[in-house]
Amino acid sequence: MRKSNLFLSYIAVNLLLLLLIFVHASFKRNSDQRFVIEKRAMVKQLRLTDLCLFTDASYTRHPSQADLHTAFHDHPASLEHFPSGSLLAPPPVIRRVNEKLD
Amino acid sequence: MIELVNIRKVFNMGKPNEFTAINGISMQIDSGKMTVLKGPSGSGKTTLLSLIGCMARPTSGRIHLMDREITSLPERFLTEIRRKTFGFIFQQFNLIKGITVLENVMLPAYPGGEKYSLLKKRAMHLLDIFDISRKARDRVEWLSGGEAQRVTIARALMNNPFIVIADEPTSHLDTKLSRELMGIMGRLKEDNRTVLIASHDPVVYESDAVDRVIRIADGKIEEHR
Amino acid sequence: MRNSIEHQKNIIDFALSSLLRRKGKNAGLLFVYTLVVFALASVVFFTHSIRKEASIILEGTPEMIVQKIVAGRHDLIPLIYMDRIEKIRGVSSVKGRLWGYYYDPVVGANYTLIVPENFRSGEGNIVIGEGISRTRLAFEGDTLEFRAYSGKIINLKIKNIISSESELLSSDLIMVSENDFRRLFGTPVDYAVDLTLNVRNPRELSTIALKISEILPDTRIILRDEILRTYDSVFNWRGGILIVILSGALLAFIIFAWDKASGLSLDERREIGILKAIGWETSDIILMKFWEGIGISLTSFFSGIMLAYIHVFFTSASLFEPVLKGWSVLYPQFKPIPFIDASQIATLFFLTVVPYTVATVIPSWRAATIDPDSVMR
Repeated sequence: MRKSNLFLSYIAVNLLLLLLIFVHASFKRNSDQRFVIEKRAMVKQLRLTDLCLFTDASYTRHPSQADLHTAFHDHPASLEHFPSGSLLAPPPVIRRVNEKLD
Repeated sequence: MIELVNIRKVFNMGKPNEFTAINGISMQIDSGKMTVLKGPSGSGKTTLLSLIGCMARPTSGRIHLMDREITSLPERFLTEIRRKTFGFIFQQFNLIKGITVLENVMLPAYPGGEKYSLLKKRAMHLLDIFDISRKARDRVEWLSGGEAQRVTIARALMNNPFIVIADEPTSHLDTKLSRELMGIMGRLKEDNRTVLIASHDPVVYESDAVDRVIRIADGKIEEHR
Repeated sequence: MRNSIEHQKNIIDFALSSLLRRKGKNAGLLFVYTLVVFALASVVFFTHSIRKEASIILEGTPEMIVQKIVAGRHDLIPLIYMDRIEKIRGVSSVKGRLWGYYYDPVVGANYTLIVPENFRSGEGNIVIGEGISRTRLAFEGDTLEFRAYSGKIINLKIKNIISSESELLSSDLIMVSENDFRRLFGTPVDYAVDLTLNVRNPRELSTIALKISEILPDTRIILRDEILRTYDSVFNWRGGILIVILSGALLAFIIFAWDKASGLSLDERREIGILKAIGWETSDIILMKFWEGIGISLTSFFSGIMLAYIHVFFTSASLFEPVLKGWSVLYPQFKPIPFIDASQIATLFFLTVVPYTVATVIPSWRAATIDPDSVMR
């Protein structure tokens, strides 16, 4: 088969696959919808404030509840020692402490 | 048919290595005939060929191709004319490595946008004429000197040009192959094409097929035969 | 019109032949390029999915949380503060919240204990998250031992395990009764860990917060909006490790593009001269180089994106697990939801395909304008 035709059909197939990805994503979102609703209800019912992403330190487990001092509970000058802390930037709330109340 | 009027070509103008390759040449090349530009290396024959073949512009002077003045044309038109009118056979073969013989022959026609199947057919036909169609799918690196030369001739004819320009075509060939080449050049002339060859090889300029020899030395015409 | 499509296809033919000439080098290039797209796309898909999901499910989080601060640390809050808060106009309800962390020495994991408002499983019973079940190999009916603040051992029976579909929230949770919580941690009866508020008019939130800070100066307020914003910036590119990964990928990329842009080799230039001599125009040469660039970049782009999609949404970003797990023993197993959209794909396209193609075309511009007679010499 002619090279350029081969290439162009390859691109066409890929575009189709990309479309397929979007279709699959849409279906999956729909089928996962009930789990999202379930989780949302759980948050409301248990009054949760954070996702369970990192369970190694309190300020990575509940970053929204952490304040300027939480990371330094051990010592004021202690450096970040939990690996998950490097994945999580300090939440915006403590970067602008009391901004809303000023 | 091809007319040169007072052509001058200066390289590196204004710089310390300024060099005048062509110093005031006027001549006429007749259609349908085989003309040889004879002269030693450095005489300016190659430069003259490239000027006639629309590959470069002269520093001053005019070139007319079939009564059409081409020296002042913009690059795009020049390229189109070059593609449709001229077929080049280079001294160093200048085949593109790593691709097949067939593709090399088809290349000059790619910009024209013709259908691929047509191009392939035409190219195979040309390879057939020169008896190398069995090498069509081979890499050009695997060809012998004589075979490569025939491929370059086939390539030169891909766009069916009516002027064929060859620059020292026999420089990599032995006497036997050189004579064969001149035979092919003669057949091109019989096809009603104009053939222009630059060479200092006696096998070329003393060939029977040649209609006219123009001697060039130091950028000037010395004599006509 | 027909002419120009054929023209393009002819040029593509040559561009592909040209690429096939150096099979090894181009295969290597394709591989690394695909890897770069894969890494970037995986990060984009994963982080976007978590952020989107967080923004949806955390919508129901309490509107306001009041914490007591002592010597810079989060301390227990006296329940009498509730009386003072209730009196503020606009507050519809205020409740105490009991939650905390328990370190389990058996497996070295941290659990989050929480007292739900209506705990129906009965005294002495707990409901645990799937992650705990997995880590402790504990199932319904089993008993877990807890060491209370006093040193005393308290046994709590597992009544239920929270569905694994909600692991993103509940993987390490233990729902426990109020009495058991206080027994375990020694939290006095008239204290809570913090207070949660609901207001009548959400626009009054900041006014109410201001009032609270006036009447209770030793408290700190967290608003729902701030909680949501925390997760908008989770896995932000400005955060530590992520910037290392992204910089690495970007650097690999720049090295390619640089290699391409640093000009054509002598051989390549000669070839361009030959093409020009046999009748190719400057625009044809540039087009050819463009298709060469596209050939590599589009192929890598599609493969990288598809592999990333499979990686993130079918294998739950398994390659990221070691990075995300860090030192935690309990690692939630959740399946990111494919919240992908065209803008993510477009961004990846502009970050990867465009620079490479541009870097291939630009140096050939100069070479394409070579005078064809250079091959005559």
